[in-house]
Amino acid sequence: MPVQYYIFLSIALFCIGVMGVLMRRNAIIIFMCVELMLNAVNLLLVAFSKMWADAGRVDAGGAQIFVFFIMVVAAAEVAAGLAIIVMVYRNSQSVDINIMNRLKN
Amino acid sequence: MIHLVWLVPFLPLLGFLVNGLGRRYLSKSLAGIVGSGAVLAAFVISLLIFLEVKTPGFQAQVVPLFDFISAGSLHIPFAFQVDQLSALFLLIITGVGSLIHIYSTSYMHDESSEGFARYFAYLNLFVFSMLILVLGANYVMMFIGWEGVGLCSYLLIGFWFKNTNYNNAAKKAFVMNRIGDLGFLLGIFTMIVHFGSVSFPEVFERAAALGEGSKVIPVIAILLFVGAAGKSAQLPLYTWLPDAMAGPTPVSALIHAATMVTAGIYMIARSNILYTLAPSIQTIVAVIGLATAVLAATIALKQDDIKKVLAYSTVSQLGYMFLALGVGAYTTAVFHVMTHAFFKALLFLGSGSVIHAMGGEQNINKMGGLKKYMPVTHVTFLIGCLAIAGIPGLSGFFSKDEILAETFISNKLMYAIALITALMTAFYMFRLYYITFCGKFRGTHEQEHHLHESPAAITIPLIILAVLSVVGGYIGLPEVLGHSVLKEYLAPVFAPSAPFVHAHEHLSHNTEWLLMGLSSLLVIITIFFARSWYRNYEDNGEPRTGIAKVLENKWYVDELYDAIIVKPLMMLSRFFEEAIEKSGIDRLVNGVGRGVHWGSQQVRLLQSGQVGFYIFAMVIGMVVLFVIGFLLK
Repeated sequence: MPVQYYIFLSIALFCIGVMGVLMRRNAIIIFMCVELMLNAVNLLLVAFSKMWADAGRVDAGGAQIFVFFIMVVAAAEVAAGLAIIVMVYRNSQSVDINIMNRLKN
Repeated sequence: MIHLVWLVPFLPLLGFLVNGLGRRYLSKSLAGIVGSGAVLAAFVISLLIFLEVKTPGFQAQVVPLFDFISAGSLHIPFAFQVDQLSALFLLIITGVGSLIHIYSTSYMHDESSEGFARYFAYLNLFVFSMLILVLGANYVMMFIGWEGVGLCSYLLIGFWFKNTNYNNAAKKAFVMNRIGDLGFLLGIFTMIVHFGSVSFPEVFERAAALGEGSKVIPVIAILLFVGAAGKSAQLPLYTWLPDAMAGPTPVSALIHAATMVTAGIYMIARSNILYTLAPSIQTIVAVIGLATAVLAATIALKQDDIKKVLAYSTVSQLGYMFLALGVGAYTTAVFHVMTHAFFKALLFLGSGSVIHAMGGEQNINKMGGLKKYMPVTHVTFLIGCLAIAGIPGLSGFFSKDEILAETFISNKLMYAIALITALMTAFYMFRLYYITFCGKFRGTHEQEHHLHESPAAITIPLIILAVLSVVGGYIGLPEVLGHSVLKEYLAPVFAPSAPFVHAHEHLSHNTEWLLMGLSSLLVIITIFFARSWYRNYEDNGEPRTGIAKVLENKWYVDELYDAIIVKPLMMLSRFFEEAIEKSGIDRLVNGVGRGVHWGSQQVRLLQSGQVGFYIFAMVIGMVVLFVIGFLLK
């Protein structure tokens, strides 16, 4: 399969993620959209890695190392993020991010 | 003994440290003993060194201590050079220095015990620096001592620092000296560039190799002379010395008469070959020396402050020494340094004794008739006056007459002017003597009641110096009278420049007798003039008019400097302060601060607290970056 397909799929996933982050007000949805963006990038990295491997580059597997890093970072981020959301919910009985306006001043 | 030469400057340094650090704990007598003892011990060692050096055929020895500066091909060791010239200066500095230290123990007794120890610490530091100056084996070490004595001079002129005038005098001395020091420093740099060395033997050897007609040597010579003019108070940098009389009188005697101000003469005598190879600069030295001698002597004619008269007399005598250097009579200049150290220290210490007895009064119009109250001071002061005036048989006569004779050989007009200066010297010294010691007392009754002879610590140094002022001249007898021991002793120091001196005509014995007789006769006549005018001096209190007023105001030189240098400089500084500093730099700096403050206030509005807006801004930002990156490609 040509690499362009993967690129278009990634762009689509990424844009869905961006739009989700920008438009939704539910913190958990925003969170999921962030994950979507990260995974769009992961998909792209793996696709490029495969492309270079097919072209005969020995060091093409390097890109996949990034993928692992991103997964680890995403897992850590989920842990911290969900904890924050839980605390916000406990304080305000809501996960609407406009509640966060109160952080000003 | 020579290898122990480092002890000579080390002992005063030790004294400085002990007195300086322990000034709160030391009693007055202990501080005095430490201060005087250090210099006295240095004198004893100097004497032993001198005895070794004075044996015929002694070769100059360099005693290295450690490497001071080592950069590339330039090596400057911290080394002492012991030769005939430095050994002689060692004796003068430590000898006169110890007498003045002893004198000070009594003169400064009214100080608090902390001030007393501070005074001796400064004085010891001065002796240390001066010894480094004359012992240094290269120009950089000489410069270290040179700066050290300048600093001590500043500290001691402003010793009573609560008086603003004294502080101003101290600052004036320091700034004037710095102007000269810059010349000296540039001279050293020129030397490093062209000779690649600053040690005396190497510089002189390379200068001699260049020979006469070189372009470099006159440059170095004139730069060094600028330094000498600053330190030794020559035109146009002499005005600090009379103001330096603000310091305690023993300081005036030691620093501003006997030792520090002769550093310039020492430097030129040391660098004699550079000057012999630059005859044009020699002429400048002679002319400036003579001009200073005349100018200072005229001012001294009409001064009313006992110390100011002596100060201008010092400037004038220093001018004499430079005249001798300028006509190539290096030995004679050093001879005059020595005799001058004796009689001028004597005169200053005598004036200190008078000021002490008068309870701080320095105006000679308020004195008079002190002869019967202070017999020892009177007799020693009279001997000092006779010596400086050049009465035959006393030390001043021999040295001054030799300068006159040497000047006569090189230039008859200069001789005439120098002779007139000598007569003025005799006149103002005896004016001072008669107004102070003869006639009737013109001070208050209370002062008269307190008049007393000074204690032994003051009179004994006076007596020793008086004896030296009488006999000091016999080591440099003129040829007609015998044999100059000093000339023979110093010959090795001035030997390098001997091959370059043009065949020097010698005075016939008849001419020499004639010159001596002429100057002695004229001096004696002048003294009788002064006697008839001032023996029964009455201060009528009328302000002086005409030329006397100009002389009283020192030819208005201070006012002139004020108008052409100080005032424009102040105006320039004020312009820099107002225009450049306040409305330029300050406004720029404050503007940056204000700009950042205003900018932050605007940017702060972006922080609305809407998380969605933040994310939106972030995405837009990223897109913009992408677009920019794309476009730049």
